[in-house]
Amino acid sequence: MSKLYSGAEIVFKCLEDQDVKFIFGYPGGAVLPIYDELKNFNFLKHILVRHEQGAGHAAEGYARSTGKPGVLLVTSGPGATNAVTALTDAYMDSIPLVCISGQVPTHLIGTDAFQECDTTGITRPCTKHNWLVKDIKDLQKTIHKAFEVATTGRPGPVLVDIPKDVQFQRTGYSKFKKQKKLNGKVKNQFSQKDINELINLMSKSSKPIFYTGGGVINSGPKASQLLRELVNTTGFPITTTLQGLGSFPGDDSQFLGMLGMHGSYEANNAMHDCDLMINIGARFDDRITGKIDEFSPNSKKVHIDIDPSSINKNVKVDLPIVGDVAEVITSTIKTIKKVKPNFSKSNKQKISNWWEKIQKWRSVNSFDFVNSNETIKPQYAIQRLYELTKNKDTYITTEVGQHQMWAAQHYKFNKPNRWMTSGGLGTMGYGLPAAVGVQVAHPNKLVIDIAGEASVLMTMQEMSTAVQYSLPIKIFILNNEYMGMVRQWQELLHDKNYSESYTAALPDFVKLAEAYGCLGIRATSPDELDDKIIEMINTDRPVIFDCRVDKQENCFPMIPSGKPHNQMLLGPKDQKDNKITGKGKTLV
Amino acid sequence: MIKSKSAYSIPGKLGKLDTHIIVVWVDNEAGVLARVVGLFSGRGYNIESLAVAEIDPKLNISRITIVTTGTPQVIEQIKLQLKKLVPVHKVADFKREDKKVIFKEMALFKIVGNKNKKDKALKACKKFNAIILDKTNKSYVIQITALRREIDLMSKNLKKFGLISVSRTGAVAMTRGSEVFK
Repeated sequence: MSKLYSGAEIVFKCLEDQDVKFIFGYPGGAVLPIYDELKNFNFLKHILVRHEQGAGHAAEGYARSTGKPGVLLVTSGPGATNAVTALTDAYMDSIPLVCISGQVPTHLIGTDAFQECDTTGITRPCTKHNWLVKDIKDLQKTIHKAFEVATTGRPGPVLVDIPKDVQFQRTGYSKFKKQKKLNGKVKNQFSQKDINELINLMSKSSKPIFYTGGGVINSGPKASQLLRELVNTTGFPITTTLQGLGSFPGDDSQFLGMLGMHGSYEANNAMHDCDLMINIGARFDDRITGKIDEFSPNSKKVHIDIDPSSINKNVKVDLPIVGDVAEVITSTIKTIKKVKPNFSKSNKQKISNWWEKIQKWRSVNSFDFVNSNETIKPQYAIQRLYELTKNKDTYITTEVGQHQMWAAQHYKFNKPNRWMTSGGLGTMGYGLPAAVGVQVAHPNKLVIDIAGEASVLMTMQEMSTAVQYSLPIKIFILNNEYMGMVRQWQELLHDKNYSESYTAALPDFVKLAEAYGCLGIRATSPDELDDKIIEMINTDRPVIFDCRVDKQENCFPMIPSGKPHNQMLLGPKDQKDNKITGKGKTLV
Repeated sequence: MIKSKSAYSIPGKLGKLDTHIIVVWVDNEAGVLARVVGLFSGRGYNIESLAVAEIDPKLNISRITIVTTGTPQVIEQIKLQLKKLVPVHKVADFKREDKKVIFKEMALFKIVGNKNKKDKALKACKKFNAIILDKTNKSYVIQITALRREIDLMSKNLKKFGLISVSRTGAVAMTRGSEVFK
């Protein structure tokens, strides 16, 4: 008879077969049998967080920076509910997570037992799928299936809920054979005909644009490599979404910067005026499209996405291509080489007018700001941070708000998987724990969380995790004492009624850093900024950097609510009085 | 126009609403109905009626029939989103007007009254395969199978004959002819 293993042991055997190296978690009553086995399995390291939300975001940071699924282990009841924000965040941004949660013993389920909650019910809308394992015989199969679902097709979070009695029960463990990468429920549906049609559209177009998103990053580093090749071959301009930053070199001349609500003037105008839009792995999010009825009115739209339900969800497209980005681009490049070997040459003439127009928009220099000698402008702080770290292979995470947009505008990325930000859900408090996860995966790299003082307080407790595991993360806080984005909207839309957006009692971040056992640095004037940033970079411990910035600065350019792409607000240097009125006010 | 303040963009023009019957073949496992129904409520789709039962005990397959209304885009989204669910095997979609498909609903009527009224009620039900399931001196329980609008009409018309209770199912659907939906 084969050896019998307890449910808890099977959990670890599955994780071992799935090649999991780190698990982020927090113990509790319903997962104690699993924690009891931890000592017997040396292939993985457990990272003890301070709050389950932190475990989730850390796992997300780990997943985004490595391309591998992030794994978290939480207890029943509050453990699981605390993880819900992170699961939803991962669901919105398509990040593969496997959450293992403990549950009260099967005979107590439904009795309102201590720390019981309907975990699979609560997490049903925020996971790709979830399982309650009531029979030990299903455990192995379920956990492996969970990894498959999380990592294939459009990635996302899954949850496996394991009652405590199942963790104690024993059964056999059969050898696991990892199948080669599957495409989940979605098969690659695209055909050569689609590719030919795409190339046909590309060769006809005189005002084309690539609009690429997180799907390129999710498809793996090879997809970013291929994207570069495709963009170089075609000579077309390219803009990326917030999540797509890094899939194309940020300092390349064909790159127009990020698009969308706080995207560049050239990217948004090009999106509006183009005659061919090639969407690769993006999803026509409302922060991108602006007013749907006036979104890029005269263009043919191509949408390459692995998820068929993304097609025609928000914007009707002319040519849908359902498939993995890397495979679609490979086949496109191959076909171009075969059918139109001189594509780039023959095309250059055709799109030269388009490039001229783009250069004109570019000359507006929409990310520009009025610098100051007295106060640190937040944009300036990020520019300096970029200049001083660009020669290192730096990983950036962010919280959510103005600082996030400034980071996206002014920090340039050259490689995928270097930029971790909560885009879909917009979770304040994401960046610090995400940085923990990134640093766990890349212990010798520079990892910086560009933060706002309000966001970072939401998950500040994870500094303690960073200190415990000697993770030298750098928390670079742009401190303006306001919830900056809220204040900006109140200024623009609510007659400067700054209702509850000022934090009157902030902690002293330098002392807070010391209390956590890490280094606190404060910069208050522009002339000391560089030295302080260098000090931060050269510190081999976690750092909280309190960068006191201009309190009134707003994030521009901006597409106001209810306006199309070609009606951007350009900020203080803009002469036009482009106010938001009427209907736009009621929109978020 | 349906007002929405939740989106950043102003809601566009609404297309024409059509009634569709969506048939979903799923693994009959715990929570599967909640997944399907939750998808509808979570994304703001309508459910007019719902019928579900296991149809293959060996393979553990259940068949869910949902009547819904929506614009063509919404119906398309419903189908695509359903197909993404892990326990869903296949999804079929029929327009209510589709002649190639049979739709049926069942209803139970409790009629209380004198013989005259009861017989009139039974007579009215006749063309809908009426069956008397239970009878007493004072009452009938009549079963009919018909289309939704026919049952709607009957439950209105039978009031005058002493209808005091109605119980009805959701629609079930099947294609005509020898073909099956793959």
